[in-house]
Amino acid sequence: MKILVCISKTPDTTAKIAFSDNNTKFAEAGVQWIINPYDEWYALVRAIELKEADPSTVLHLVNVGGADSEPIIRKALALGGDEAIRVNSDNADSFNIASQIAAIAKDGAYDLIFTGKETIDYNGSSIGGMVAELLDLPYISHAVKFDLEGGKAVVVREIEGGEETDKAALPLVVSCQKGMAEQRIPNMKGIMGARTKPLKVTEPVAAETLTAVASFDLPPAKAGVKLVPADNPEELVRLLHEEARVI
Amino acid sequence: MAAKTDNFQSPDYFNVDELLTEEHKLIRESVRNYVKKEISPIIEEYAQKAEFPQQIVKQLGDLGCFGPTVPEQYGGGGLDYIAYGLMMQELERGDSGVRSTASVQGSLVMFPIYQYGNEEQRNKYLPKLASGEWLGCFGLTEPNHGSDPSSMLTNIKDAGDHVILNGAKMWISNAPFAQVAVVWARNENDEIQGVIVERGMEGFTTPTTHGKWSLRASATGELVFDNVKVPKENILPNVKGLKGPLGCLTKARYGIAWGAIGAAMDCYHIALEYSKERIQFGRPIGGFQLQQKKLAEMVTEITKAQLLNWRLGVLMNEGKVTPQQVSMAKRNACEVATNICRDARQMLGGMGITGEYPVMRHMMNLESVITYEGTHDIHLLITGMDVTGLNAFK
Repeated sequence: MKILVCISKTPDTTAKIAFSDNNTKFAEAGVQWIINPYDEWYALVRAIELKEADPSTVLHLVNVGGADSEPIIRKALALGGDEAIRVNSDNADSFNIASQIAAIAKDGAYDLIFTGKETIDYNGSSIGGMVAELLDLPYISHAVKFDLEGGKAVVVREIEGGEETDKAALPLVVSCQKGMAEQRIPNMKGIMGARTKPLKVTEPVAAETLTAVASFDLPPAKAGVKLVPADNPEELVRLLHEEARVI
Repeated sequence: MAAKTDNFQSPDYFNVDELLTEEHKLIRESVRNYVKKEISPIIEEYAQKAEFPQQIVKQLGDLGCFGPTVPEQYGGGGLDYIAYGLMMQELERGDSGVRSTASVQGSLVMFPIYQYGNEEQRNKYLPKLASGEWLGCFGLTEPNHGSDPSSMLTNIKDAGDHVILNGAKMWISNAPFAQVAVVWARNENDEIQGVIVERGMEGFTTPTTHGKWSLRASATGELVFDNVKVPKENILPNVKGLKGPLGCLTKARYGIAWGAIGAAMDCYHIALEYSKERIQFGRPIGGFQLQQKKLAEMVTEITKAQLLNWRLGVLMNEGKVTPQQVSMAKRNACEVATNICRDARQMLGGMGITGEYPVMRHMMNLESVITYEGTHDIHLLITGMDVTGLNAFK
């Protein structure tokens, strides 16, 4: 069994969001970077669990990014990947990124490709589906549970009002979300071991760039809270009716 | 008591992070995340009940916090001293008692067995101590000999294939739960030697010390030896004299220098957040000059100590450090941390005395930290003697 987990670099959830270059670029100065939590906590950890259940499993990581992605790749290796491939590209277009991942996946002949359901910065939720299409493989999105039974995948998805259980043959692309696994903390042995694990850097393949960001905007500042004394419900009703216009 | 979410972020006013490697930062992040997940939610309750959270022994072993500088072949981490310092900083950011458990295990039990022990002793004890299967403790201080360990009374007498150990040790962290004790005792030639005593040896007991107002979530006790037969193969063969235990203390004091600043950073973080949220006279108290003075001095002292600790770590890695330099850093960290915690407690007003915030727990813990492994005054005399060449101890 060969598994490829796609990992992306995202700003820490506590990072201050600001833009530069006339609101066309994310201002990266002073930002703490983390592995996209959906990639790390769910996709990678579930892949590690599958490898623990079957130690013959080979677990590779792929990242499309610049050299500044390497600390988060080392962390992923410390958690449990066998080796990592970084495609040296800063392209932010989803189709281009998916094309790079598809090229790596094709070369490696993987049985399973895991992604997070989305990144927590751009929330595109599109890489998994695009990779599957480019490789002509089946795709199951937003998985909350993944198991292998008799060489086939049994995947549970969350749907409106309940759950859906899918079965699919391998190879397969799956996007993962909360429920797949529990977050792990890399221990010192893993961190030491990651020093010597291979991290290969490859140049991007030729692929189209289909989209570009025109501009970013921050959400409007939240209006202040208006407190109405508890003994004055009439005033509350008047404000809801005349100012907020919700009743 | 409802556990508050631990949203700690460390101050880094002088970009000291740029002096660290990516691996150092990952190690710090791992230990910080462990503390947020496993320590912060439970530690207040254990401290209030004066109970040792025994589950942390296995957890710290799994994470790799026991003996991180011991070579990997004995179960250690094979990491450098900056990594060790950062681990101690993060653990003590959670609680000084948790850091004490790890300090004792790594610097006072595993280090002497590795440094002064033979191959059989290393192979027998180190992997079990590294994994947390066994907990260890260190016996040097006696009821009547604290700052003056050279006058110790605990002794061993030759009895053929074993020695007979008699005496008592006091203020011993981990004692009530330890399977192994590294004990320093005087032999018949008036030399101090280390012996490894195991729980279950006849005549060896570990009564718990009750009624502490400090390190309440850490187990402290005595080691009492009443004609304990210790096999000769349990004697640490490669050191004689006070330099044995003092060598261990240099390692442990190094960890305290980093650890105490962890407690200080937690208190600073909490005081800073609180000062922005607490409204008095119609505005946040952080806008008042007296509160800003406290916060500005806190972050200044933390920054100075971070740089001192980092430099100490580099010297330690290069094998150039002197015990006197470690004394200065330990003393500085304890003084700075004690003052910061006290100021933070005042800034929190009445909330500062409750378990709702960790500040008073840190403040009380640091009263032990400033006392153990060389009191504040003794470290001052070490520096004094080093710069003047004159001994003021006697």
